[in-house]
Formats: sequence, C-alpha cells, structure tokens
Amino acid sequence: MNEAVFAQVREHVGAVAREAAVTNGVLALLIEPASLLEVVRALKNAFGFDMFLDVTAVDWPGREPRFDVVWHFYSTKHFVRVRVKTRVAVADPTVDTLAPFYGSARFMERECHEMYGIVFRGNDDLRPILLYEGFEGYPLRKDYPKQKEQPLVPYRDAKP
Amino acid sequence: MSTPVTGLPNPIRPAFEKGSTEGSVIVNIGPSHPATHGTIQIVAELSGERVLRTDVHCGYLHRGFEKECESHTWHNLIPYVDRLNYCSALINDFAYCEAVEKLMGIEITPRCRYLRTLLAEYSRIADHLTCIAAALMELGAMTAFLYLVTIRDYIYEHLADLTGARVTYSYGRIGGLAHDLPEGWLERLGGILDQMDTFTGRVHGLVDRNRIFIDRMRDVGVISTAEAVNWGFTGPILRSTGVPRDLRKDTPYLAYAELDFEVPTGIKGDNYDRYYVRMREIDESAHMIRQVMEMLPDGPLCVDDRRCTFPDKKLVYTEIESLINHFKLVMDGPQVPPGEVYSAHEGANGELGFYLVSVGGGVPWKVHCRSPSFVHMGGVHRMLDGYQLADVVPTFGSVNMIGGECDR
Repeated sequence: MNEAVFAQVREHVGAVAREAAVTNGVLALLIEPASLLEVVRALKNAFGFDMFLDVTAVDWPGREPRFDVVWHFYSTKHFVRVRVKTRVAVADPTVDTLAPFYGSARFMERECHEMYGIVFRGNDDLRPILLYEGFEGYPLRKDYPKQKEQPLVPYRDAKP
Repeated sequence: MSTPVTGLPNPIRPAFEKGSTEGSVIVNIGPSHPATHGTIQIVAELSGERVLRTDVHCGYLHRGFEKECESHTWHNLIPYVDRLNYCSALINDFAYCEAVEKLMGIEITPRCRYLRTLLAEYSRIADHLTCIAAALMELGAMTAFLYLVTIRDYIYEHLADLTGARVTYSYGRIGGLAHDLPEGWLERLGGILDQMDTFTGRVHGLVDRNRIFIDRMRDVGVISTAEAVNWGFTGPILRSTGVPRDLRKDTPYLAYAELDFEVPTGIKGDNYDRYYVRMREIDESAHMIRQVMEMLPDGPLCVDDRRCTFPDKKLVYTEIESLINHFKLVMDGPQVPPGEVYSAHEGANGELGFYLVSVGGGVPWKVHCRSPSFVHMGGVHRMLDGYQLADVVPTFGSVNMIGGECDR
C-alpha cells in the first residue's frame, strides 16, 4: 500500500525532486525552493496528502545554503507520510507559504519564522507565537547561545 | 525593597485592536484566568455576549525544549519529553524512544512491546479522565470531577509504585524500559480498572442526559471533518467529527495490530461529541489493557545491545568491560547513526510526532516535537468564533490544551 503510493508520487514529482527516497517509512523529497508550490499542490490534490503535520528547519552552519526547511504531510486516505525538504541560504531564507493549501500552515509557519528566521513569502502573519514581541535573534539557530537571556521583566536586585 | 516595575512592554501584539463593528468590545482572557486551565491568552472581540473573532496566543510556558535537547545525550532527553504532555507522560516517553530506536535500527523485545502498549493505554485513561473531569468541573459538575479524579489518583499512585513518580515518570529507555513490573502490580491494575468502570458509569448517569449539560455542550464548538483536517486537528477532536482516524488502527505500532478495539467516533464534532468520544476511548483503553494483561509474555525487557542498554549493575562493579560500557553510555550517550526520522504515536490529544536528526554520536543534532496541542491552538478559533463568551470555557476544556506540549 505504502509502496504503491510512494511509487506514484515519485513518478509524478521525480522530474523536480533532486532526491526521492523512502527512509524509516517516510518518503523524503528534496526539492528546489522554486518548485515547492508545484510539488505541494500535486501532493495535496493528486495524492491526498490532506493534512499538514508540521514545518520546521534544520541549521547546518558552514554549509551553503545553510538551512533545510522541512515539511511533513500525512494522507488520511492512504495513511502514509511524506517529507518535503528544501534548502535556503542565510542571506535570503525565503520560501513560499503553504497557507493557500492548508489552514494550519499560517499558524505553524510563525514558529519556524521566530525560531530560525525563515521567511514565508505570502504569509502576512509572522508574529511571534512561542516567543514574545521584541525578542532578538533566532534561538534555534546553532549560533544563538543557549544561556543567553532576554528577560522582559528586569531581574530584581537580590541584595537587600 | 525593590520598587514595582511599571510600563512593561506588551509581550503580544493582538491581531486586532479595534472592533470591526460599532458597539463591539475587545476583551482579553488570560493568560492567567481561573476559568481556563493552562496558560493561554485569548483576545476576543465581543458583540454583547457573542464572540465575533478571537486571536489565540500561547507560549507562556515556553522553556526552550528543542534548544535544550541539542546539548544533552539521547538518554538525557527522556525526563524532558516527560514534561511535554504531563497528563500522559508515558506516551511521550515511548514515542520518543521509538523514534530513536528507528534511527538505531533496534527492534524492542516482545515483553517491552506489550508493556509499552499497556502503559500507553493506561496513560491515555489518566489523560482523558483529567480532561473530562476538568471540563465538567468548569461547568459546575463537582461530583463528576471528584469521581473521575479519584480514579486518576489511583492510577497516579499505582504508576508511582511502578516508576517512583506520580506524574513525570522517566520510565522509558532506548531499547526497553527502566525496570520490570513489581510483584502484584497487575492484580492491582485489574482492581483499578473495575473501580473505574463503576465510577465512569456513575458519571455517565450524572451528565449524559442532563439537560443543563446538554444545553451547554450540544451544538457548541462545532467543527466539520473537512475543516478539522484542514486545520490539522487529530485525535479525539478529529474523531468527534465522525471519522475513525486513529494512528493505532491506521498505522499500527507497538502491539496494537494484535488487539481488538474499536475507534469511537462522534456525530457532528461538537463539545458533547468530544466528551463522549473521550469517555468511550477510556472504555476501549481498559478493554485493550485487559487483553494485554492476558497476552503479556515473559522474557527480557531490554534489548541486548551495548549501544544503548546499560549493563547490569552487578557487572559494572565486577568486570572492566561493563564498567567501561556504563561509563561510555553515561558520558558519551548512546551512539546513534546519522540519519533522520519522523515517528508518530497516537497521543491522548492527537498525533504526537518526533522529528529527529542525528549526525552520529551521542547528542542529537535536532529534536522537533510535533505536538497536537500546538497545532490545535492554530485552529481553535474556528470552534470559538460565533458562540457565546461563556462557551469559550467548555469548548476550550474539550480541546484539552496542555501547556507543556503546546509551548515546549
């Protein structure tokens, strides 16, 4: 069952995907940022990947382009998952928003934006969601120090 | 004495600050409000008592889970994942461990597989009991709350007998479990399940056909299947809309393929359906636990794999190989080969997924948690808008937002 769906997807998007391999039960596609909308449209409309599971990024300092942006989709018809991955550079970390396809994308992209600084072109609501207004930097990037503090409320003086 | 701080910046920027129609007002609910369990902030525009639109803000419990994970060994993360959904911590444990095991290519032992199934269902019962009890209490049903929380407390005490902790168990291990069942544990389990049947039966009798309850729950917070899928809803909320989508059936993991159980569904996805689906799931979980109790095989609990399983303490003190093995596992962590994995379990609230990236070695490169509560907060406004202000409380209760996994 899984293999049949995966084979169809591979055949369909094989031309635009740089890599398409099944790893740990998930079909992983590596695509160019420019073909994102085309691939997702095909996944949703032709193969029934109707649920947007999540979007996140992976930071690879020293690699060019530096970020992987990773989406996971699930099909509530075929019960399989697909991972779509693309690479963006730190100078212009922009990908297209998936909000036109999935209602939840607009909200979930906010987290990826605040944590990694990925810009989702076309998403007009990239306010912080887990962090707060005025937070500086992108905490899940590898060059953000773990111990760095940005308290909104100043610490009280411990001395009496 | 320090002077009180004034003039602090607003941590959020609401999506709207002015009413869309004349006479509407904007109120702020939370993040610390007695009627919402969980630190959540809802900015709502009201026309009289009617909610016109809402803007939901979470993040008040954010503690940098994913960042912290990147500087600890794979084993050290187990107490952290416990604190995601702290109402059913064992499900988090097992979902995380299974993701790491997939990366390492480990197949767990039969006894571990069945025990994890049993404990995951036991946790699901505790989670659903908490959710329903709190939701009923917010509607004024104090007796029903006490009935359900009594059983939940029996479960917590019982799990404390097994793991040493009431809420955050740290009981999963990569390749197994911390230790085997204590003597007499299964007998007590049977006793608690029987008591639970009595108490949930009483709750059914108290509220199912209660006029006040039905008026507050029926046709409130309605969501359709298509909308639920579009907004990423999973778990009891998606099932309440009438579709039997359950990862335990659709993508069987652990021992679920061998168990006989039904996937309860609702009729139209309102608050009442969500209450009823959870109550029915408690019954199904108890049914599954009783089956697993019969099937539980003997044999080793942990895999015999030196990459992840700690050697017996007696050997650590008597032979050098085991001492080194123990030392390396503690200091360097389990050596996980490079790769990436997305592994999902059916959590009590929906699809709980872990996306792990390893570059080899004992520390993860990236840990991402797909938490159902966070996704649900992105779509919860669909269930709040258009209803009464007082409906926010039961609707929010039926969504069962858990701050720990939502805000990570």
